[in-house]
Amino acid sequence: MIPAAFEYYRPTDMAGVIALLQEHGDDARVIAGGHSLIPMMKLRMADVPHLIDLQGIEGLSGITVTDGVVRIGAMTTQHEVIVSDALAAAAPIMKEAALQIADPQVRYMGTVGGNVANGDPGNDMPGLMQCLNAQFHLTGPDGDRAVDARDFYEAAYMTEREDEEVLTAITFAAPTGGYAYEKQKRKIGDYATAAAAVQISKEGGKVAAASIAMTNLSDTPVWSEAAADALVGTACDEAAVKAAVTAMLGDIDPTEDNRGPVAFKRHAAGIVLGRAILRAWSRA
Amino acid sequence: MSNKMHVKLNVNGQDHEFLAEPRELLIYALREKLNITGPHVGCETSHCGACTVTMNGKSVKSCTVFVAQANGAEVTTIEGLGTPDALHVLQESFKEHHGLQCGFCTPGMITRAAKLLEENPNPTEEEVRFGIAGNICRCTGYQNIVKSILSAASELNAAKEAAQ
Ligand SMILES: Cc1cc2nc3c(=O)[nH]c(=O)nc-3n(C[C@H](O)[C@H](O)[C@H](O)COP(=O)(O)OP(=O)(O)OC[C@H]3O[C@@H](n4cnc5c(N)ncnc54)[C@H](O)[C@@H]3O)c2cc1C
Ligand code: FES
Ligand code: FES
Repeated sequence: MIPAAFEYYRPTDMAGVIALLQEHGDDARVIAGGHSLIPMMKLRMADVPHLIDLQGIEGLSGITVTDGVVRIGAMTTQHEVIVSDALAAAAPIMKEAALQIADPQVRYMGTVGGNVANGDPGNDMPGLMQCLNAQFHLTGPDGDRAVDARDFYEAAYMTEREDEEVLTAITFAAPTGGYAYEKQKRKIGDYATAAAAVQISKEGGKVAAASIAMTNLSDTPVWSEAAADALVGTACDEAAVKAAVTAMLGDIDPTEDNRGPVAFKRHAAGIVLGRAILRAWSRA
Repeated sequence: MSNKMHVKLNVNGQDHEFLAEPRELLIYALREKLNITGPHVGCETSHCGACTVTMNGKSVKSCTVFVAQANGAEVTTIEGLGTPDALHVLQESFKEHHGLQCGFCTPGMITRAAKLLEENPNPTEEEVRFGIAGNICRCTGYQNIVKSILSAASELNAAKEAAQ
């Protein structure tokens, strides 16, 4: 399990990163925590002749909450997400989800930026970011731009990010109401068989607004507007939850793999979403 | 392309300098270059935790870190926690409570547990189990490992109280 040889760089500013990305094009990649990239390089599924480490760049990590807007630097680790009091207060769904990712050692290294930029349908953060309607902030040779998480994922490992762009941060408006991240996995440290991110707000005993996204049930995360619409205006009763699950099942497209056949995944998707809705509602 | 780079590591308080290919995994640099063989290679695929060390204050699987990334880091391995003559409280506790059988997972398990207790000196049984979820043991069934860690925690806390 030895990866192919590479040149290693640890630039100390973003201009240096972008210059290297421009110089080496397809042959270069950035490394954050390395806990998706290194396993791929060991398996020689990723060939990276020029590896650019982001650890020397100042200002890429940290969590701030200002005027109701949450900003998480790309190099912020999953561990830092879990221990942040500010984040627990502003967007508790982040901690609930991060605790279900991998295991302690992986969470000390794995970053939020790496998790969302990777493009693996198994990653938990992309669906969560779609649920929260987050923006991804990219910087590249042509300057900075922001892309909605809901527009970012094209196919497995294919995203809106250009090869020469680096993700610097994610931002989102602090959500209101109840939340839940529910994940079915075979064991701790496993990717989801199915997972659901749900935010629900309540007014006068009825669902005022909802947002629902599903993980590892298609080649991209699935933000299901139809599922959320099925809840809005209802008292989140059994019929409404059933309607939301049915709507969600119309949006996902799981494939068979070692986590089970399609019918099982659809079953698991329905169960996790049902549980997530009820938990989010109970907290709304 | 086998360009070697200069690597500096502080391991268990001692500075080391050596040449290595950037792609060398930290676990192999420790074991084969520095002869620090406490951390083990169980799976080499980031799953078992036998290779766990503390790097810059984080528990990491040293099979999933390139030595180039570790350049300049401070690393603690099981060798840095205690010595045969002066065992670490956790080592003593694992011995006392039969927290190991074959011992293969033990260096990683104890190194992880040390960090866990540093961050959470008073864990519940559930927190201990969740905190060592990245370390696999094929022998013990975990029961005695959990017992060992909980007992070490109360001993450390008692010692802290006595010192106050
Ligand atoms: C045993 C194990 C279990 C795991 N279980 C889970 C799980 O249950 N759920 C889950 O979501 N993940 C899981 N992971 C993956 C883990 O969360 C990764 O750490 C994460 O997916 C990637 O973050 P990273 O910082 O390690 O990124 P890296 O591995 O460094 O990078 C991943 C990819 O993103 C790119 N990239 C990284 N940062 C940036 C940036 N700032 N800008 C542009 N591109 C960037 C890299 O070039 C690379 O292509 C698991 C990993 C392991 C080893
Ligand atoms: S050898 Fe590193 S996790 Fe198993
Ligand atoms: S004691 Fe044998 S693997 Fe844990």
